[in-house]
Amino acid sequence: MSLDARIRASRGRFTLDVEIACDAGSVLAVLGPNGAGKTTLLRCLGGNLAIDAGHVRLDGEVLDDPATGTFVAPEHRRVGTVPQDHLLFPHLSALENVAFGPRARGVARRDARERARARLAAVGLEDRAGDRPARLSGGQSQRVALARALATDPALLLLDEPLAALDATTRATTRRDLRRHLGDFPGPTVLVTHDPIDALVLADVIAVVEDGLVTQSGPAAEVARRPRTPYVADLVGTNLLRGEAHGTEVAVGAATVRLAETADGPVHLTIAPSAVTLHPDPPQGSARNRWPATVVDVEMVGERARVELTGELPLTAEVTPAAVADLGLAPGLAVWASVKATEVAAYP
Amino acid sequence: MSRGRRRPPVAALAAAAVAVAFFALPLVGLLQRADWRALPDDLTRPAALDAMRLSLVASLAATAATVVFGTPLAWVLARVPIPGRGLVRGLVLLPMVLPPVVGGVALLSAFSLGSPLGGWLHDTFGLQLTYRPAGVVVAETFVAMPFYVITVEAGLRSLDPRFEEVAAGLGAGPVTTFRRVTLPMIAPSVAAGAVLAWARALGEFGATITFAGNIVGRTQTLPLAVYQRLESDRDAAVALSLLLLGVSFAVLAGLRDRWLVRR
Repeated sequence: MSLDARIRASRGRFTLDVEIACDAGSVLAVLGPNGAGKTTLLRCLGGNLAIDAGHVRLDGEVLDDPATGTFVAPEHRRVGTVPQDHLLFPHLSALENVAFGPRARGVARRDARERARARLAAVGLEDRAGDRPARLSGGQSQRVALARALATDPALLLLDEPLAALDATTRATTRRDLRRHLGDFPGPTVLVTHDPIDALVLADVIAVVEDGLVTQSGPAAEVARRPRTPYVADLVGTNLLRGEAHGTEVAVGAATVRLAETADGPVHLTIAPSAVTLHPDPPQGSARNRWPATVVDVEMVGERARVELTGELPLTAEVTPAAVADLGLAPGLAVWASVKATEVAAYP
Repeated sequence: MSRGRRRPPVAALAAAAVAVAFFALPLVGLLQRADWRALPDDLTRPAALDAMRLSLVASLAATAATVVFGTPLAWVLARVPIPGRGLVRGLVLLPMVLPPVVGGVALLSAFSLGSPLGGWLHDTFGLQLTYRPAGVVVAETFVAMPFYVITVEAGLRSLDPRFEEVAAGLGAGPVTTFRRVTLPMIAPSVAAGAVLAWARALGEFGATITFAGNIVGRTQTLPLAVYQRLESDRDAAVALSLLLLGVSFAVLAGLRDRWLVRR
């Protein structure tokens, strides 16, 4: 069982043009900012939107292919969807919501209810079977939506921002439960989210979608460790630079960044904000990179201060509140930024 | 009145009071004019009972026709991007603003025995609409259906179409989706639209008298009976008016959550 899709779909002036693949038992997270085309992608996979070009294949069966005129209607696809905001039918009880799919697919009422009861039990909600969705909490409604999607025994599971509607505390526990349920699901799962934590915790593979295109994809850990776009770097909270490497020196614009190891050709560089130190005067020491910079903004994040710098290199530094006071950091102040060569990661 | 809130202008209050009186006085006049003791007799005369029976049957038949044809129409208007949709909607809603008597004349032109369509219906099916109870149903449906369509279409438009997509994704075809998801979710709009259409059909006068005539025991509905008695037997006319007034109050009471309670 696997999903393989090459999708081109236009909606007005927006065009989605992506290629994705996901193996059985594996979770693909499509990560991207709002308006990147993530929901459009799910609508194409579910059959709510026909693609303009390309193909959607599930277990080798062609679901959509404009070239051959093939289009399988959503009700005939074996695709289970957990939509954004869950969208439980408000006039049906939790049990009837979960039984809806089997009933619609011709299972007798009694059997459908039995199956629904088992699914609700699997998500720990058998005692809420008779409740209308309005009486369920956000986390419970998310679990009912998952049970409803799984009750049709889908070959492909789609989740659209499954945790977005939840508050911070419910999110953590629901995310953990979801991870377990996704682990039990035998088919491929495509999960759409704008939250990097969701993607890193739940997915095996991440595809970053920006403005309708896949800008980076790979194993989740790889994407987090080696961001290739400013968006991903921002999500994982690191500095991303691009330059031309010659030995241990990389030209980034007018600046030079020294590496601990050698590299050649175009490279991406990442520098953790906590590795950037700030000084009033040029720091000494040959293994250090140092650049003059100007403070743009200082912002408290938790116990640390994030200092945005401009100059030869745009960098974000993370320092202690004490350092902010000692150096008198304020917008407009000229400082020196330094980073040890061993703290700079370079990759092609 | 709580402190600090601005006092409404006296002129506005006075004008509002005049408007309220304008609505209340005719009602008071009707209630005061009624001969309450003779009411049971007035309401149980054969001609009155005939009119009631016809009004009830015809208005319910018109409501049934309205629901059967109006529901798919509202769905098409709300969900299917047909070309010229605005034009179609205008055509459907025209009877709401058209003088009913003009509607009656239009129906006559289309369905009288002398017209091509009316003649064909008569020759082929032996069906005559003019001056027949069936004509009453047609006239009432013509003026009542727009109220239903506009209400149900509004209900459909306020329903998130993603619910229908979810149903389809769970394996429900269009018919199952409509029956098990769409219809239950817009049930309040369907009920309100049907009650509204029924009340409109029950009170229909102009199109009915023009198209179906005013034949006692055959096409004379309650409003037509009121109109005819007004000359000959004013007490009977008032009695029938009170009956219709009572029905109207019941309709308002039934729809009060929708219209009377504004927050």
